[in-house]
Amino acid sequence: MGVFEQLATFIERIPGLLLDSGELGIIYAIMALGVFISFRTLNTPDLTVDGSFALGAAFSAVLAVNGHPVFGLIIAFLAGSAAGCITSLINVRMGINPLLASILVMLGLYSVNLRVMGKQPNIPINKPAETIYSLFKADSLAEYGELVLSIIILSAILISLYLFLKTRFGFVLRATGDNENMVRASGVNTDITKLIGLALANGLTALSGGMIAQFQRFSDVQMGTGMVVIGLSSVIIGEVVFGTRPLFRRLIAVVLGSVLYRFIISIAYEVGLEASDLKLVSAVIVGIALSAPKIGGGLAKLKSRFSTGEKAGEQDA
Amino acid sequence: MLEINRVKKVFLKGTVNERTALDNVSLTLKEGEFVAVIGGNGSGKSTLLNCISGVHFPDSGSIKLDGEDISFLPEYKRSKFIGRVFQDPLKGTAFDMSIEENLAIAWYKGRSRNLKPGLTRKDIEVFREKLARLDLGLENRMKDKAGLLSGGQRQALTLLMAIMVRPKLLLLDEHTAALDPSTAKKVLQLTRSFVKEEKIATLMVTHNMKDALEMCSRIVMMHEGRIVLDASGEEKENLTVDKLIEKFEERSGQTLDNDRMLLA
Repeated sequence: MGVFEQLATFIERIPGLLLDSGELGIIYAIMALGVFISFRTLNTPDLTVDGSFALGAAFSAVLAVNGHPVFGLIIAFLAGSAAGCITSLINVRMGINPLLASILVMLGLYSVNLRVMGKQPNIPINKPAETIYSLFKADSLAEYGELVLSIIILSAILISLYLFLKTRFGFVLRATGDNENMVRASGVNTDITKLIGLALANGLTALSGGMIAQFQRFSDVQMGTGMVVIGLSSVIIGEVVFGTRPLFRRLIAVVLGSVLYRFIISIAYEVGLEASDLKLVSAVIVGIALSAPKIGGGLAKLKSRFSTGEKAGEQDA
Repeated sequence: MLEINRVKKVFLKGTVNERTALDNVSLTLKEGEFVAVIGGNGSGKSTLLNCISGVHFPDSGSIKLDGEDISFLPEYKRSKFIGRVFQDPLKGTAFDMSIEENLAIAWYKGRSRNLKPGLTRKDIEVFREKLARLDLGLENRMKDKAGLLSGGQRQALTLLMAIMVRPKLLLLDEHTAALDPSTAKKVLQLTRSFVKEEKIATLMVTHNMKDALEMCSRIVMMHEGRIVLDASGEEKENLTVDKLIEKFEERSGQTLDNDRMLLA
């Protein structure tokens, strides 16, 4: 097969790839919004995410198997929030550095998740057990049913989150990551803002994990590994590609960043990389995305050096 | 209204680096009094302000505001009636939020931080008027991020945020020290007019004796954690920078070798 035929088949596959990355990207976007809250809004490196994602998946799968898929997602959100609260309390009350506190909770959650899953490393949600997706299935939507349901849930979360960040409490939450000092000087207990921020971040993460488990009808105790990196890369890709202002655009950018990330990953599959290579691909993407401002600045410097160099040359002549 | 009674604060207690920052300091402020606190580096000026604002708790002694003992009240609770401007212009505002959002955070001080809108149209009109008083053109840039402002603009904004909800007490910790001379002058003028109009009791830590003499009704000089001079009324009116330096040397038994104080 010639290069052109290969290219042609690849282009034919793009709509399918977009649908796949859209379906996954939209669900992972909910987790990315959580990571946005902890890393950007609160300026806290929170690794609890890895544990709370799998925690949400575990609760969601167990309850779906027992016939409560919707309730499973609610419990997933609440359990994730509780995990976030614990990280915050360990940080604030016990005076342990936030990064370390989150690592401790992530580590502990691994055992908790196994308990939730009845000491099995994975749980399939076999038919005829219902998931939110099978409940929603309508003939008119054909293959887009899953995507539509995920978009509805994401939109509801996106709009509520936007409105929440625009409230009086939302303002002080956003300022806490910027300048804790100023928030305390404004008469606000920053311990509380941090607690609620991390609870919300991990609640969203666990909800996302719960949705993924029901979407793929499968929960695995390992499925949270590397979630922080995926969330962070979605946030950063969104910032670099789609901008950061105003706030609503910023939130949309996180969602689009998540979809774009999934698309890049599916391209990586297409060019022949295997599932086992995925973590390396993720790490490289995040590395590139994180260094984008620096590389951009370096290029600008190089450019100005060249142009001033030319001018100096002209003057010499 | 502010009564500081024999407050003591020792840092790194029990180590070789033990340092007594405040040595039984007592100080009483009257309603509307504008007091300058001067003194060399390490004399305890900032520690005094930090004990009043709740950043540090005193080792012994008590601090009362309007008769209420606030010695061990958490910082955020005191902030509801104490306004503060810090030396570092970065400390007073949230850099990633807009000017109007910063003002809104200060505006709802002491009120419930609930799920009502953080910024209403009515608020914006109030803020526009207040910003216009700073005479820096900020009323036309209310959607700009605070991070885009210069140091002087930020200090002016922080000052406005500190007094917007009238505090019982205003604490200024060398709030013009990081600014260039002309900007510093502008911020000081604003400080003076705000304090005068609102009649807020104010403690201003400064290195600049001239400013202190010009603006304040009372001068408190600190040295090694103690108050070595407290001049008000006629005594203060007769003071000059030279006399202050003379008194400092006489009472501390040291020559004044702080360039920042001498040059000012």
